[in-house]
Amino acid sequence: MSFINKPKVAHPALPTNALGLTRRQYEGSMSTLCAGCGHDSVTAAIIEACWGLDMRPEQLVKLSGIGCSSKTTSYFVSGAHGFNSVHGRMPSIASGANAANRELTYVGVSGDGDSLSIGLGQLVHAIRRNVNMLYVIENNGVYGLTKGQFSASADVGTKAKRGDVNHSPPIDPVLLALSLGATFVARGFSGDKAQLVPLIQAGMRHRGFAIIDVLSPCVTFNDHEGSTKSYVFTREHYHAAMEADFVPHAEPIAVDYPQGESIPVELHDGSRVVLRKLGASYDPTDAAAAYKFIEGKLTQNEYVTGLIHINEAANTEFHTLNKSSAMPLNRIPYEKLSPGRAALEKLMGRYR
Amino acid sequence: MPNLVNAPDRVNDFVVKFANVNGTGSASANSLIMKAIFRMGVPVTGKNYFPSNIQGLPTWYEIRVTRDAYAARAGRVDIMVAMNAETYQRDVREVASGGYLIYDATWPRSVVLQRADITVIGVPLAKLVNESFDGVRNRILLKNIAYAGALAALLNVDLEIVNGLLTESYGKKPKLLDSNTKALRLGYDYAKQHLGCPLPLRVERMDKTSGHIMIDGNTAAGLGCVYAGATVGAWYPITPSTSLMDAFKGFCERYRVDPATGERNFAVIQAEDELAAIGMVVGASWNGARAFTPTSGPGISLMNEFVGLAYYAEVPCVIFDVQRVGPSTGMPTRTQQSDIMLCAYASHGDTRHVLLFPANPEECFYMAVQAFDLAERLQTPVFVLSDLDIGMNDWMCRDLQWDDAYRPDRGKVLSAEELAGLDKFYRYVDRDDDAISYRTLPGVSPKGAYFTRGSGHNQYGTYTEDSAEYQVVLDRLRRKFTTAAKYVPKPELLGKGGNEVAIVSIGSCDGAVREAIDVLARKKIQVDYLRIKAFPFGLEVESFLSAHATIFIVEQNRDAQLRSLLTLETAVEKAKLHSILSYSGLPMTCQPIVDGICGVLADAPRLSAIKR
Repeated sequence: MSFINKPKVAHPALPTNALGLTRRQYEGSMSTLCAGCGHDSVTAAIIEACWGLDMRPEQLVKLSGIGCSSKTTSYFVSGAHGFNSVHGRMPSIASGANAANRELTYVGVSGDGDSLSIGLGQLVHAIRRNVNMLYVIENNGVYGLTKGQFSASADVGTKAKRGDVNHSPPIDPVLLALSLGATFVARGFSGDKAQLVPLIQAGMRHRGFAIIDVLSPCVTFNDHEGSTKSYVFTREHYHAAMEADFVPHAEPIAVDYPQGESIPVELHDGSRVVLRKLGASYDPTDAAAAYKFIEGKLTQNEYVTGLIHINEAANTEFHTLNKSSAMPLNRIPYEKLSPGRAALEKLMGRYR
Repeated sequence: MPNLVNAPDRVNDFVVKFANVNGTGSASANSLIMKAIFRMGVPVTGKNYFPSNIQGLPTWYEIRVTRDAYAARAGRVDIMVAMNAETYQRDVREVASGGYLIYDATWPRSVVLQRADITVIGVPLAKLVNESFDGVRNRILLKNIAYAGALAALLNVDLEIVNGLLTESYGKKPKLLDSNTKALRLGYDYAKQHLGCPLPLRVERMDKTSGHIMIDGNTAAGLGCVYAGATVGAWYPITPSTSLMDAFKGFCERYRVDPATGERNFAVIQAEDELAAIGMVVGASWNGARAFTPTSGPGISLMNEFVGLAYYAEVPCVIFDVQRVGPSTGMPTRTQQSDIMLCAYASHGDTRHVLLFPANPEECFYMAVQAFDLAERLQTPVFVLSDLDIGMNDWMCRDLQWDDAYRPDRGKVLSAEELAGLDKFYRYVDRDDDAISYRTLPGVSPKGAYFTRGSGHNQYGTYTEDSAEYQVVLDRLRRKFTTAAKYVPKPELLGKGGNEVAIVSIGSCDGAVREAIDVLARKKIQVDYLRIKAFPFGLEVESFLSAHATIFIVEQNRDAQLRSLLTLETAVEKAKLHSILSYSGLPMTCQPIVDGICGVLADAPRLSAIKR
């Protein structure tokens, strides 16, 4: 970690977004993670994504569980409320918070330990419930804060720093999410910010549960030879199948995309993701095909990255199914919530 | 004509117990009788003893007809309606001497004729019903209505009232109404023609139920949540709390759906487990909604982790613990007050929580509202400790009242304007010297942003591992609990206050205690009674304890948990607290209280309380 506090003054020439805010104004407190940690790159990508979306800082709600990754929510957008909850239970906090106010943008940051072991139950049920949030898993295959035990995403045959070999099969968050009918499933790599930023932006704007599994190497406990989650291994084995460009709804699509190789997907708020195919026959709207493709690649130790699956047409988001009022539940005036004295007097007749 | 054993004339003061098979539709017949008696102006209580089962196991329902309006279980059975062959033996045994047993005489039952001190009344129910109706399921259901008819005749229950109730239930289904009315009449006419109606134990009209309702505590608590303005309910199904959320949802569907758009001003989330249920409540409350979860002991065990977070991060939340018999899975369909200590100190580390103890469904309604006000005022979890007896049984209560001037106490929440006027917002600073700090909601202003955490934090809301900074926050939380004592409901005092002997109790013991006090008064034993309504205990509890020399603590658990809490949290001398405990799983009766007090006083004859 660094012990230098960030200077508060920003250079006047720094570019600003539509709100007149610089990227610096989307930063948070100083990271206390190890120098070179992949998670800090994800933090930088989230900052870039929020700045690029012209998001009011207070519009964002940051949620996390416990672990290295969960600490990072304090390292971005200090103007947003954050909730560092308990280990593995961030999805329930997010579900409740989202139920109370459907208007805010919810970003959960978790790790492979927090999401795939202690919090697996909550993760899968948040997916099933289709809570409108972006859920980022910073996946490094180990427990960092407790000094390098394998997590449930550790690959078979991968070696721990002290030499132990993992024999239990991994849980892959992407396959898991696809099997549960998630409507936005992506994978990124902390070392590929250009790919990650539009994925985060699209995930934030997707109506429903958006999950991004970000391969994010642990420099301290899982960056050695024999590890399948090291920087070297990941760089050699990640495979960008689908690049995504995020186009805010105000902007025209500026880039020329070759016919047949791009798929524009309109998000519910009018913005678009334009998917650029890197593999010829890949169709990210077909969940079953995506599952088969990803699973096949995993058996070859290939991590396919990009927007793996999107189903923007699904009308299964929590509030949609609940028929919640358009006004957030936490803002409905009490007068509309209480049936009042006369109704109670009438109701008493039922119990006589 | 059966040979009636001479029984005392006990008008409006007896107990009818129904022995049924679970899942045969007997509940509606039993409540039909109870409600008819209630409508005759006669106070009643209903207690349901049901198995943790869907169909096939024995189940009992008990109606106490009580002209003195006692709320407790009587502890005796005067009339047994024995409809379950499997339990005949024990059902026969349970009838008090001089009582009655009614059975289906379609088939000979030699076993029911074993007691000479009771009157056995046979009604050929199956025969009557089978001659008039088709269909196996139909016949089973209508047999229940037929015994209700016979009982109406035997007990002198007004048949027109029973018919009226049937019309209310089946008014829109003429076929069902017709068959039910007919079945009722079959039983009624048979009894009138063949049996000596009415029995000496019978109902006569009174005027003691007007302005009252029959309601269960879970329904009342669910309704209270609606009136409190709760918008988010998260839960995991668990007996005996499930009907609380069912009630909330039902009322919301009635009162909280926009008729024009179909938009709903509420969200009920069935969580994957209790860990998630409380997490959702914490998340929703943190985000400014009034949110709650109903559960029971096993759920509280699972919720401990989040309760600690909510305590330390100071997030309001409301938890209804409809207590059942523990430990572990225990007896899910039996009642107890055995989660007192669990809730008072839930979660690891130094934690203490606000508890409310409703004594009946009426208080469940009002305390539900109070719980939200307290949770938001104090920014902390509040537990409402009901139990299965209160939650699932029908109690006679005064009509629930509502003052339209009520507005929720949302506590110290800063608006965007208020934030704009501050130099800087700090989450955990004690600005008002009452140990309650100000909070902000997400989405309101970047100036109000803070990082909520269960890890060590200082009063400015930032992470700390500094001992002094940590202690500032922890010490304020201790002071906040002192503040809480000023806000929670005061205990209820019964008696002149000058007696040497006293009873202290909580929750659903109240009915039994009040009845015991009447019994003791007839024995010339005068006692003062303090019913504690909340934890932390206030000054009233402290001074009551110090003013009495001999105090009986009445509660429904094995380990005297209320007594323990009193000795831990007040200055009371432990030796003067005598425990009277009931932990059978059945609702408490007055007998152990009377026996317990008389027993101790007999051992200490010099006690001036015994005024002969």
